[in-house]
Amino acid sequence: MQAFYPETEAEAADVVRAALSENQAIQVSGSGSKQGWGRPVAADVDLHLSALQGIESYEPEELVLTAKAGTAMAEIERALAQKNQTLAFEPPDLGPLYGGGAGSGTLGGIIACNLSGPARIRSGAARDHVLGLDAIGGRGEMFHSGGRVVKNVTGFDLSKVMAGSFGTLGVMTSITVRALPAPEKLRTVLVFGLDWAQAVEAMGAALRSPHDINGAAHMPAGAAALSGADYVSVANRPVTALRIEGPGPSAAARCAALRELLAPFGETEELHGHNSGLLWREVRDVAALLPKAKTCIWRLSVPPASGALVTEALIAATGAEAFMDWGGGLIWLSVAPGLDAHAGPVRAAIAECGGHATLMRAPEAMRAAVPVFQPEDAITEQLAARLKGVFDPTGVFNPGRMKPGA
Amino acid sequence: MQLPEPDPDILGRRDAIIAGLSALFPHDRVSDHVIHDTASMRVFECDGLSAYRQLPLVVVLPETTEQVSKVLEFCHRGGVKVVARGAGTSLSGGALPLADAVVLGLGKFNRILDIDYANRCVVAEAGVANMAITDAVAPDGFFYGPDPSSQVACSIGGNIAENSGGVHCLKYGLTTNNVLGVKMVLIDGRVVEIGGRHLDAGGYDLLGVITGSEGLLGVITEVTLRILASPEDVCALLLGFPSAAAAGECVAAIIGSGIIPAGMEMMDRPAIHATEEFVHAGYPLDAEALLIVELDGPSPEVEYLVKRVQDLAQHSGANYTRISQNDAERERFWAGRKNAFPAVGRISPDYYCMDGTIPRARLAEVLVRISEMSEQYGLAVANVFHAGDGNLHPLILYDANVPGELEKTEQFGSDILRLCVEVGGVLTGEHGVGVEKRDLMGEMFTDIDLEQQQRIKCAFDPDQLLNPGKVFPVLHRCVELGRAHVHGGKIPFPHLPRL
Ligand SMILES: Cc1cc2nc3c(=O)[nH]c(=O)nc-3n(C[C@H](O)[C@H](O)[C@H](O)COP(=O)(O)OP(=O)(O)OC[C@H]3O[C@@H](n4cnc5c(N)ncnc54)[C@H](O)[C@@H]3O)c2cc1C
Repeated sequence: MQAFYPETEAEAADVVRAALSENQAIQVSGSGSKQGWGRPVAADVDLHLSALQGIESYEPEELVLTAKAGTAMAEIERALAQKNQTLAFEPPDLGPLYGGGAGSGTLGGIIACNLSGPARIRSGAARDHVLGLDAIGGRGEMFHSGGRVVKNVTGFDLSKVMAGSFGTLGVMTSITVRALPAPEKLRTVLVFGLDWAQAVEAMGAALRSPHDINGAAHMPAGAAALSGADYVSVANRPVTALRIEGPGPSAAARCAALRELLAPFGETEELHGHNSGLLWREVRDVAALLPKAKTCIWRLSVPPASGALVTEALIAATGAEAFMDWGGGLIWLSVAPGLDAHAGPVRAAIAECGGHATLMRAPEAMRAAVPVFQPEDAITEQLAARLKGVFDPTGVFNPGRMKPGA
Repeated sequence: MQLPEPDPDILGRRDAIIAGLSALFPHDRVSDHVIHDTASMRVFECDGLSAYRQLPLVVVLPETTEQVSKVLEFCHRGGVKVVARGAGTSLSGGALPLADAVVLGLGKFNRILDIDYANRCVVAEAGVANMAITDAVAPDGFFYGPDPSSQVACSIGGNIAENSGGVHCLKYGLTTNNVLGVKMVLIDGRVVEIGGRHLDAGGYDLLGVITGSEGLLGVITEVTLRILASPEDVCALLLGFPSAAAAGECVAAIIGSGIIPAGMEMMDRPAIHATEEFVHAGYPLDAEALLIVELDGPSPEVEYLVKRVQDLAQHSGANYTRISQNDAERERFWAGRKNAFPAVGRISPDYYCMDGTIPRARLAEVLVRISEMSEQYGLAVANVFHAGDGNLHPLILYDANVPGELEKTEQFGSDILRLCVEVGGVLTGEHGVGVEKRDLMGEMFTDIDLEQQQRIKCAFDPDQLLNPGKVFPVLHRCVELGRAHVHGGKIPFPHLPRL
């Protein structure tokens, strides 16, 4: 496969146009850190965006940052940190989950996967923080959507569709995201010894309280033992974690109130800044809390109140290791590969409670055979196919990545 | 403003269309569902942008998703255009009828279907008023985030169609950030369910593009919304400044110090005076600019932030500060701002509300330029402003009975919006494009950008029967837009659907 590393938008567009004129398919990637997510792509041209990089403008007082799509997340996070700001959707670093190094992802990759961390429950998803973007479409044309301001309803929101499209609709070249002030203080309340159902109940109680929780995760004893955070690693029991952020006096008072609220569920403890930071990075980046062996990994988004039932059922059916984030709404499962990574029980669980499951990690041959993304009903599938046609009429971008032949 | 020429064929078939629609309601009193006499159709002839009026072909008021499906299927088969209508409060003419189109009103979709505290969401029919959602969950300590000033009237379906905002969107996000799912009827009558009680989409983000699509992609009949735990404490500061620039500086200082208030609203002198006369909120009449900064959250946090905002305001030169001591006082602070439109309506025969967004830092400059234009056009302006997120609402005062004044006002409004784009902002922050800003879309987008958006329209509604004449300045036929570049007579992946 011929590889290209364009440094400008114009060069990237040239690659696309050349491929179009030769009827060649293009594999689009940032740094390739999440190339294992999705079906294998059959392409003639490998378009890497990692050289199309650099922060184009950052106005901390306007809370906006524009960067070329291939800009390393690490660089963006560094720039934001200097101004005490952050990306509130808490972009995960899934590099290590796919066996790569930490800190190698790009902004374009994060947005293309609509990837958000534990703060998703309070602060929204990656797609909620994209204000606008420039992209090259499947006609070889450059188009633009959105703007550089938060409040904008001018025209259809193409940025939302591009977010989460895994490079199958076009090549994003420049992305404007919303920056937000970094919280002053970070604390975590831990509750020990809860089973899945009790944990979902405890997290629900916390999320229904006025204490403004922005992280709610649950690890069974095995996952907790893999953590590097104090109290968690030596718990020897399941650990439920609730995150509180905010100005110092507020964080302290809310922690105290939350511990009181959760005391009936079990013994509680409090983590401060350093250990809190570590724990939530582990929850966000997933790899540390699941077995290191070459297992397959599923990610399920379900109605949070169904989290415990689904997790218990799937553990019983597949022998999976698991942990929950998003107050029970996000389930990470690690299963033995078998023939199809136990797709049957996983899809059946989703059919019952609603939501979607994605086979995040599996051998390439299995990803070609087992649907990686949640199969859609007939109407949604038709609308999705038409959307694909809107952006990429001849199907040049990442063919096969999300669905066979599309 | 020009609407597409009515199709004489449709106008000629009006009686048959009415009969056909009536036949869809065999078990009901037809007059409850199909309205076609001129007097009764009057209430539907305009939305909140009342400068533009047009009687529809006929009005249908279905009550179930199945009925909506039948109505749309009927219209689709007969090539009849359809304008969906919620409460008709759009300020951009989004729900303006067309002479040859059916108005499909969702007023009868007024039930809340499920309140699900375990999943922290509410399922409601599309016609339910925004406020009714919060009212239903408030006793249990919850609320729905987006709170347009029209919230007692506007429908939740209309909110999704317009991606509406409100004064608390600074902290809680716009409609798009708070919708989990919709049930929507496509123009051919098929019903699609998107999203649900879980977060995010499994495939393409259809919900993201439906939200804010102004009734062009389908008719929403049911919605699933995220609800939030009510904050423990709420407090507002009323801050007066000797200049708009000083108030702007204060806004920048608050955000710069890492505080995102629940709401941060600004009014200029004319707006202060108009609202004070109307509601007697106790606003300082000598201030050139007034800020309302509302902080909510856990009590210790609110207490702490109020002090910090107070200090920052002092540093920015505030010469008037009041801190709400209780909810009644806080609501009094808001009474003026929330009634700004009717208040201005009292001092002028007519007013025209604009809705651009600008980068916050350009505020002072933009206000100066607006006041210069105000002099040039000889039309007064009062400004209210969602200062926290840069969304500006200049209210142009005019008299529609003076010949030529509406046209002059429209031109003035267009100049303001061009200015917003020029300084790095956008044409509309929350009211939508509708018919009003349709012809200005070229200020923000190239032809290629607009064609790309219009192809999405074609993906959902290839015959362009849903709300035509809105949003897009030029109507391309879908077949033209769908042409793919074919090289050497062959296209790759010939099995992919093409438009
Ligand atoms: C006094 C006043 C204050 C306002 N304040 C605000 C504010 O603070 N923030 C703000 O954002 N807006 C505000 N608005 C504007 C308006 O209230 C919003 O745009 C609102 O969301 C419109 O809802 P509606 O039900 O009235 O929709 P309508 O006016 O009936 O329709 C608006 C558009 O939505 C489409 N539509 C409606 N229902 C559906 C449906 N079920 N399915 C598909 N399409 C549909 C229509 O076709 C039309 O294009 C204000 C308006 C007024 C009059």
